Amino acid sequence: MYEFKYHRPSTVRQAANLLIKNEDAKLIAGGHTLVPVMKQRLAAPPHIIDLSHIEGVDGIEMKGRSLVIGALAKHANVAASPIVGEAIPALAELAGLIGDPAVRHKGTIGGSLANNDPTADYPAAVMALGATIVTNKRKLKPEEFFQGLFTTALESDEIITKVSFPVPKKAAYIKFRNQASRYALVGVFVARLPSGVRVTVTGAGSDGVFRVEAFEAALQKRFSPKALDGLTVPAEGLNSDLHGSAEYRAHLIGVLAKRAVEAANNRA
Amino acid sequence: MTVLPRNGARTKRVHMAKISMIVNGNPVTGNIDPRTLLVQFLRENLRLTGTHVGCDTSQCGACVVHLDGKAVKSCTTLAVMADGHEVKTIEGLAADGAPLHPMQEAFREHHGLQCGFCTPGMIMTAVDLVHRKGHDLSDHLIREELEGNLCRCTGYQNIVASIAAGAKAMAKSDLA
Ligand SMILES: Cc1cc2nc3c(=O)[nH]c(=O)nc-3n(C[C@H](O)[C@H](O)[C@H](O)COP(=O)(O)OP(=O)(O)OC[C@H]3O[C@@H](n4cnc5c(N)ncnc54)[C@H](O)[C@@H]3O)c2cc1C
Ligand code: FES
Ligand code: FES
Repeated sequence: MYEFKYHRPSTVRQAANLLIKNEDAKLIAGGHTLVPVMKQRLAAPPHIIDLSHIEGVDGIEMKGRSLVIGALAKHANVAASPIVGEAIPALAELAGLIGDPAVRHKGTIGGSLANNDPTADYPAAVMALGATIVTNKRKLKPEEFFQGLFTTALESDEIITKVSFPVPKKAAYIKFRNQASRYALVGVFVARLPSGVRVTVTGAGSDGVFRVEAFEAALQKRFSPKALDGLTVPAEGLNSDLHGSAEYRAHLIGVLAKRAVEAANNRA
Repeated sequence: MTVLPRNGARTKRVHMAKISMIVNGNPVTGNIDPRTLLVQFLRENLRLTGTHVGCDTSQCGACVVHLDGKAVKSCTTLAVMADGHEVKTIEGLAADGAPLHPMQEAFREHHGLQCGFCTPGMIMTAVDLVHRKGHDLSDHLIREELEGNLCRCTGYQNIVASIAAGAKAMAKSDLA
């Protein structure tokens, strides 16, 4: 790891000012992506700004019809939260599938979204539920926020403060784990919202999370696994690596989508 | 492990950070390079070498300690981020010379270790598991919860048996 100067702001505003003042500074939340990356010397920020001691940004609450989760909320807290379990059980389940218990005690939703790893779990939920990502500067829809592999719309002095999830009528997430890394080899999130059905896929897309509109249209007509019979996703553009070929991933998307619809129906 | 200059050998440019925390019930302080990992601070500054480094890549769980009562991987935690917090290591489970913590005793009794390298992390993970899920743990749950702890020796069978027994024994013990 290369040297850096450590800063510990106590408010989001202080953190934003530190980002403006210190060129190439990096925020740290749970550190469970950034520390490994710095150890490998793939990142060498001269300044580290620790968000983890800012109070009041890790809350979980219902605001009207939306579930609002603070950016610093840890995966373990989302997984165990009765509020999340009641409003969007699929989201609690997803958080409980991230990494292992020790990772879930440190990793945060804000860090996961800012990182936009193409095999991360949260992006699938945020995109499927049409959640709003709130920063110190503005509100972003998932389609604007996620901009491809490890890339987001976040500006250099922008900090995610919370994520607001509309509560779906039905939802489920099915993850096919990479046995070694525990990240998603493929994960499919299905949500039935008042505004329509959304199906998103993580782990498979070479540009990160994406929607499967053909599946959405079929499920819109009939929200049943049978509605997906005969429908497939083209392998073209999907990841292909030692863990699975693009064809294998394409096949998994179809299988997992059916399982997710079934799980969503069984829950309601 | 990440190679770092040890105390005293640092260049002037390093912005040192003063930290203080409670480790195994005792207040400790340090003036450290902010790059110092929590596991390095524990092992190299405090000489608490019970916490191990197996992989240094967040995978194996040999470095698990409790931070504010929750199991975390100390190889993936900066010591500065633990400033002002409370840490418990394997050394803190039972007092020196006193009887072992029931989870340690269960690993001894059920032969839950061979070389013992993974054991401190296994035990700290197991104790956290009992705190979260109670004293009656199914084998299936234990195996799920050991997702982040690797053992190259035992084949896990006896580790799972040790944790199930240790969880039950903890119900009857004063040691948390
Ligand atoms: C062994 C292991 C297994 C894992 N398995 C999974 C898995 O199965 N699924 C999965 O999805 N993830 C997995 N992860 C990743 C884990 O969930 C990370 O914790 C998470 O991706 C990043 O969150 P963090 O809080 O640790 O972020 P950090 O590492 O602190 O930060 C990550 C990036 O986000 C930026 N950032 C952090 N917070 C904010 C904010 N509020 N606003 C703007 N930028 C911010 C940082 O500057 C940095 O660039 C795993 C990690 C490990 C070590
Ligand atoms: S040494 Fe920390 S997880 Fe292996
Ligand atoms: S006992 Fe040797 S690694 Fe587990």
